[in-house]
Amino acid sequence: MQRYDVLVVGGGHNGLVTAGYLQRAGLKVAVLEKNGWVGGAATSRELTPGFLYSNCSYVCSLFRPEIMRDLELPRHGLQVVAYEGGAVLTRDGDYLASYRDHDSHRREFARYSKRDAEAYERYARDVTRQCRFIQPLLMRTAPDPFGFRPRDIAELVYLAKKFGEFSPSEMAETLRFWTMSISDFLDEYFETDVIKAYLAISGIIGTALGPMSPGTAYVLLHHYMGEVDGSVGAWGYARGGMGAVTQALASSFLAAGGTIRTDAAVAKIFSRGGRTTGVVLESGEEIRANLVVSNADVKRTFLKLVDEADLPEHFVHRVKHFKMRGSSGKVNIALDSLPEFPALPKGSSCIRGDLHFTDSIERMERAYDDWKAGRWSADPMLDAMIPTTLDPTMTSPGKHFMSCFVQYCPPKVQGRDWTDADRAAFAETVIGQIADYSPGFRDRIVHMEVRTPRELEAEVGLTEGNIFQGELTFDQLLFNRPVPGYAQYRSPIAGLYICGSSTHPGGGVMGAPGRNAAMEILRDLKRSPETMSNAHDVI
Amino acid sequence: MTSSDAPAKSSTTSATAYDAIVIGAGHNGLAAAAKLGRSGRRVLVLEAANAPGGAARGREFAPGFRSAGLPHLINRLDPEVARDLGLSLSATPGHAMPTAVLDGMNEPAVLRGAYGETIDGVSAEEAAAFGRLRDKLAFQAGILKRFLRRPPPQLGAIGIGDVSTLMAAGFGLIRKGRAEGRDFLRMLLMNVADVAEEYLDDDRLKGLLSFDATLGIHLGPRSPTSLLGLYYRLTGEVDGKSGGQFIPDGGMAAVAPAFLKAAEGAGVIIRCGARVGRILADRGSTRGVVLADGSELTAPVVVSAIHPQATFLHLVDPAETGTGFLRAIRHVRTAGNVAKLDLALSRMPNFTGLTGRDHAGRIVIARSMAHVEEAFNPAKYGEFSQDPVMEIVLPSLADASLAPDGACTLSALVQYAPYRLRQGWETGKPAFLKIVLDILERHAPGIGRTVVAADLSTPVDIEAEYNLPGGHWHHGELQADQLLINRPTGAASGYATPIEGLYLASAGAHPGGGISGLAGWNAARHILAGGSR
Amino acid sequence: MNALTKPLNATEARRAARNHILTPRLETPFHPRLAALDVVNDWYNWAGYKAPHSIFDEELEYFAIRSTAALFDISPMVKYRIKGYDAERYLNRLTLRDVRKLAVNRIHYTAWCDDHGHVLDDGTLFRLGEQDFRLCCQERHLPWLLDSAFGFDVEIFEETEEIAGLALQGPTSHAVLAEAGFAGTERLKPFDIATFPHDGGPGCSAVTISRTGFTGDLGYELFVPRAAALSLWDRLWAAGAEHGIRAIGYSALNRTRIEAGFIVANADFVTAEGALRADRVRLPDEIGLDWLVDPDKPSFNGRRAILDARRNQSLKHILVGLEIEGNIAAEHAIVYHRGKREVGLVTAATWSPTAKRNIAIASLERPYGTKFVDDLWVEIYAMRELKYQKMMKRAKVVPRPFVKLARRTATPPGLR
Repeated sequence: MQRYDVLVVGGGHNGLVTAGYLQRAGLKVAVLEKNGWVGGAATSRELTPGFLYSNCSYVCSLFRPEIMRDLELPRHGLQVVAYEGGAVLTRDGDYLASYRDHDSHRREFARYSKRDAEAYERYARDVTRQCRFIQPLLMRTAPDPFGFRPRDIAELVYLAKKFGEFSPSEMAETLRFWTMSISDFLDEYFETDVIKAYLAISGIIGTALGPMSPGTAYVLLHHYMGEVDGSVGAWGYARGGMGAVTQALASSFLAAGGTIRTDAAVAKIFSRGGRTTGVVLESGEEIRANLVVSNADVKRTFLKLVDEADLPEHFVHRVKHFKMRGSSGKVNIALDSLPEFPALPKGSSCIRGDLHFTDSIERMERAYDDWKAGRWSADPMLDAMIPTTLDPTMTSPGKHFMSCFVQYCPPKVQGRDWTDADRAAFAETVIGQIADYSPGFRDRIVHMEVRTPRELEAEVGLTEGNIFQGELTFDQLLFNRPVPGYAQYRSPIAGLYICGSSTHPGGGVMGAPGRNAAMEILRDLKRSPETMSNAHDVI
Repeated sequence: MTSSDAPAKSSTTSATAYDAIVIGAGHNGLAAAAKLGRSGRRVLVLEAANAPGGAARGREFAPGFRSAGLPHLINRLDPEVARDLGLSLSATPGHAMPTAVLDGMNEPAVLRGAYGETIDGVSAEEAAAFGRLRDKLAFQAGILKRFLRRPPPQLGAIGIGDVSTLMAAGFGLIRKGRAEGRDFLRMLLMNVADVAEEYLDDDRLKGLLSFDATLGIHLGPRSPTSLLGLYYRLTGEVDGKSGGQFIPDGGMAAVAPAFLKAAEGAGVIIRCGARVGRILADRGSTRGVVLADGSELTAPVVVSAIHPQATFLHLVDPAETGTGFLRAIRHVRTAGNVAKLDLALSRMPNFTGLTGRDHAGRIVIARSMAHVEEAFNPAKYGEFSQDPVMEIVLPSLADASLAPDGACTLSALVQYAPYRLRQGWETGKPAFLKIVLDILERHAPGIGRTVVAADLSTPVDIEAEYNLPGGHWHHGELQADQLLINRPTGAASGYATPIEGLYLASAGAHPGGGISGLAGWNAARHILAGGSR
Repeated sequence: MNALTKPLNATEARRAARNHILTPRLETPFHPRLAALDVVNDWYNWAGYKAPHSIFDEELEYFAIRSTAALFDISPMVKYRIKGYDAERYLNRLTLRDVRKLAVNRIHYTAWCDDHGHVLDDGTLFRLGEQDFRLCCQERHLPWLLDSAFGFDVEIFEETEEIAGLALQGPTSHAVLAEAGFAGTERLKPFDIATFPHDGGPGCSAVTISRTGFTGDLGYELFVPRAAALSLWDRLWAAGAEHGIRAIGYSALNRTRIEAGFIVANADFVTAEGALRADRVRLPDEIGLDWLVDPDKPSFNGRRAILDARRNQSLKHILVGLEIEGNIAAEHAIVYHRGKREVGLVTAATWSPTAKRNIAIASLERPYGTKFVDDLWVEIYAMRELKYQKMMKRAKVVPRPFVKLARRTATPPGLR
């Protein structure tokens, strides 16, 4: 029987990051993946001949450059191309575009309101200030305020000092920012609804919240704190689809001597006397190891893979009540030609960026009301992209792949399971919305993949289809994520760690949870993490 | 809008000088005045209306029928304030009002004692679960309470008092062990729905928690941070127990006189019908006020116990405050959501399933969390609830003078009724009134035939009647981003304002609304302590 | 509230503006003339406009300013128009100086701050009428100006695109105006404004001329509606032929403004709305604008914070003029005290051909620059053929302006 130092359960991006770091630190690591491919929610899959789909996550910005560097991902094929902007198409036949060029951006906003165009500067400055505060937290383990260990206290002092760099009025602003709704926050800067609608999208993507829910201003940061090669806040396409991220991670891991086993679904994680001893696969095969790291979400890990009897009752209770309500769906479309959007100016760069069709906060919030009532949104909020406009590797020339992220989409339909008919009806709301702005759109469709939370759970393993492996509300952030007292990647079982987005700092293809988990494991093994470069400074 | 500075007419300048002028004789204004007066200061209170009491000012809404004002019960009166000012407001001991939750299908769930020490109409297990949740929330509210009785910490100038409050709060947390401490930090900003869902099964109890957490706040039970509203309620106490409510002896009409008595007893002079037209300010300091009639009254200290927006947008020359400050004041979210219904009834109504005695309690119509949430949804878009939730009290049961013999008054706080109604309240009001009366009819069959008069005050009416911008009871949303150092806004969060000598003392200041007296009392203590910014 | 940020038919105007994306860089109304004269093709982005760093030769352009007459296109300068019953009171609250003392047809240099007294920008305020003002500045401030208008009876609108501006600077600048037939300009004293007839086509019969500039020299600034821009240029150009008129770019102008000791927002200080870092903002006293603050006038934004900082002596920085030994410009060099302790940064520097001195503007941490003005050193890294030549040069604090020219203020002005 093969023996490994570390077993990583699940080959998502965070699992591969942890595996990569640990293997490079000299441990013998195996990644066990239930699917026939690795990648988790960052995959490129050829679901119809000639078309690669980024069929879960679809854009890249948050992935930490420190990890790309440490694991030599560019050498293993990762290349991220920043994209050019985007647009909201409005019901009156006009649009609001966003451009990378500062002056064009301002003049575009000025079409709607000169005041808003200039207010955007202050808005961007204020949000950037908040990003600067949050960024240093990403690549650090959250301190436990009730841990009373020297390290926790030192970390708390560090954070207090960081916060102390703000002026009193900025501190007051930060407290407001963290608890406001994105809608209220935007109201303080802008008067034009379509501008607010465009900016609000980043406050709600992936969350089970509407733009009027308190806390969504903070979520904005989760979409702004990324970068593409130093261009903070920029988003890009991974060349070859989002699978390129995990393929590079896998390749780097293999090159370092790691083992990846696909079609190797873990059935149970064993423990004896409060220590993990290894796993058993669904095939019945047992693999022993002293360390097991779960990339699965916290519910899947502790409610399905671990025997409840091995865990403290309070812990299990908290895991059961960890909120993971899925809120989004995905429609992936193969197109035989580039769709036309007559409202957009000819040759506009907008089509190479993100496209939206929700021109008011109210429509967004009403879409959320549908979700609260257990329905998919009748008038959904789309975040649509055509990455093939910048990435020729995903299809043959002239053909295109369109990724439509759809909000909102409930994990259950009014309490019952999804049916195929439901799924078709859900897809129709998406196609119908696009077709309203793009004549002939339906005729261009070659193939389509529709994913509701049901499919996300079944294939990717995301409980309830929650793309962040747990909602990003205050009760589930920092030292509360996923369970207070267990927010430092360790679990109640010695030798068992978790490294997925259920942990701090949460979801998005960021890799930070995976790296932080690796750091804690190396710390426990008393190994110096010399393969880990320091987190980049925020200066 | 303020017109350009006209030179004050010296002929109208009053020679009488005061140490402090308090604007507004609401309960906070009177509390502030009383506290200042008791320290020997010469204090003048100026009230625009013809009678003191602010929102607790009574009025006749139909011939022979009186309403005691907006609040129809007390749940947050601070005992220390009451003791310090000698307020004679108390309930007969042991007579905390029960709360009956009606869902129109089952028998009512009736919570007795302070917030459901015993509960009728639910299973013993459910009552026990409710008890566990109540105890946890009351413990956490107890931690927060420490921060209500003192000015919010001023960042950048954290004082010894702030540190000791923080440390006391920290020790209070640890006292119950790490797990409780962690739970506190986890739950603080949660929504009430997820918390209720974790502990409870009964839809009525969950509906009640949802209702109590969101009453008067523009949030639904599923909105993050909505638990704060419940904490806020639980910081209130009756007979030393948190979460109770009562109507004082003599009814709610006794509230305004009690504060008035405390103020007058402290030597405070109160002038009603004296509307302040302008707060005098020159290069950043105040020296008094000018009344609407043009007369000038001077004092080194002016305490504004009216809404912060009414203060800074209407009474202070905008040139005297900074652009950023005024921008923040204008951004204070203060659009009310609650309508107040006063009904004159020819006889006492009979709510289905409720004993006669429990009619003297608080009656809440909230079937479930979903009911509250769905009532909230339309309010986001400037529409009123088609199926609103409400809290009902029969005031004439506690104060017979409110209605003719044999007749009865009913007071209901109904939400959600948004201030900015898209269709406008002119046509909206009759439509909403009909909805509310239909609901009452469902729960108290026959009540419709006994209605002598119905008076619905929408937030727009409340704004006009009580000079409350947005018709908001709390003088601004009680949400996380408008609390503590951000209430009403950073630069005026410690009662002092950017204008030297001008202080805020209304519910728009820390710690917010409800008849607690704390905002006024804290402000006065801050002034007496030196009143620095 | 004024709501003039929206045109009358918003939808139509909005649709018409879609094509802005075809010209991501705007051209100023004078662009055809600049482009025709331009030989070096050295353009930069000035507030969204294509503007020349240099037209033909930076060095010679400098001497055009100081020896003959130079035309510099100031159209991209952000211009706001403020009108109405409360305009004076509004501006008095907004800005640091006492606007009541600003007479009609006069201009003053001023600055404005946020509530914390941190400078948002500096600029020039034109009083065109009793209730009619123009504010010219470097950065955009429409939201701040509109928010400041709460409670005031004023109208505010931006007129950057509508109004073309031209600076005519140099010792023969008045001769050019006289030659062009602008009779009476000799009576203009510094900071005076007057209008003069100009046939600029339909809708334009006059040009507004002020005796102002950014060079510390004799000079004027001329404003006309956009449509009249080229006719104005041509009139000046023709008149200037015998007076050595040249078109210049920003590089030359920048050297003269340093000589004159003028500061530039987001070059010599970071504007309060632009600063990401809390310690980068500046009070007026920290950037040499203390003389603008008028504590005796009615309340204005930032008053309390500024006076508190003065009283509590909590001012942290000071902007000073430095004279540095040698002749190597010390741009962005670190300033040391006794050659060891780091005390500040040079924000702008040049060799002054007129003063024949190596001059600089520097931001120092107090008490350096106030109490300690001697024994200052500047560390200059001069890149010479792929090698830094590192120099530690002695510097001393000197009063600004570095260059003071009698002709700047002489009225009537000379003709050469």
